[in-house]
Amino acid sequence: MGAGTIACKAVGPVILGGRSLPPQLAGVVDMLAPAVLAALVVTQAVGADRKLAFDERLLGIAAAIVAIRLRAPLLVIVVAAAGVTALARLIGN
Amino acid sequence: MGALASVVMSATTFAGSAQFAAASVLSAAGSVGAAATAAILLNARYVPIGISVASVLRGGPLRRLVAAQLVVDESWAFARRRDGSFDRGVLLGAGLVLYTCWVAGTAAGAIGGEALGNPDTLGLDGAFAALFLALLVLQINSRRALVAALLGGTIAFVLVPFTAPGVPIIAATAGCLVGWRPR
Repeated sequence: MGAGTIACKAVGPVILGGRSLPPQLAGVVDMLAPAVLAALVVTQAVGADRKLAFDERLLGIAAAIVAIRLRAPLLVIVVAAAGVTALARLIGN
Repeated sequence: MGALASVVMSATTFAGSAQFAAASVLSAAGSVGAAATAAILLNARYVPIGISVASVLRGGPLRRLVAAQLVVDESWAFARRRDGSFDRGVLLGAGLVLYTCWVAGTAAGAIGGEALGNPDTLGLDGAFAALFLALLVLQINSRRALVAALLGGTIAFVLVPFTAPGVPIIAATAGCLVGWRPR
């Protein structure tokens, strides 16, 4: 697993070196971040063991959205989400 | 998983989501092979991510290989400027800080984790979703980026019930194809 990860990370920088990508391809690579991050949000927010689960995490996300709207720092956003998720779980149990 | 095994995993597989994926497969009584496959599939995103930062990493092949290991989702997202280029100092600096904290945190968690109980009680799963959401918002700087995000999110949403953990994220990378600019 470690070797596979190291290889995945190294292939671009070692082979490509300092050259930059052709413009058509650069546009595609630019859009990787939004696509992958959105997928991570979805899997982390509603993903469970091979099923979708809509639970206390969504309240945590709602808190995060409020914090993002208020332009709160990243740490505040993350702590707010954790706190609300944990609180909702505490009340729910 | 033993304490030593956890720390070695953090030191060699510096990629949180992959480690969480591997741990969840193992805790669901999956095989070691299945756990490693899920993790490597999840980390396949580092091939294009590595390509995107290749132009800012300097030095010979060995130096670039070492520097490339410091690239993780978070250091990559922080280092990405609004115009799509990357800040080399932020990329490597954030990566180094994250790596140190990550391995130290794993050691602390492996030794003291029993006392904490279930991390879900602390809402850590909600916190990770919020972290990725906050990083996503920083990346939405054009209509095209919004479309890529909506596509990626939808693909992941649809696939979660049908595929092994990690696969939805790989498939969601297809959303980046909206960035293709024919000449």
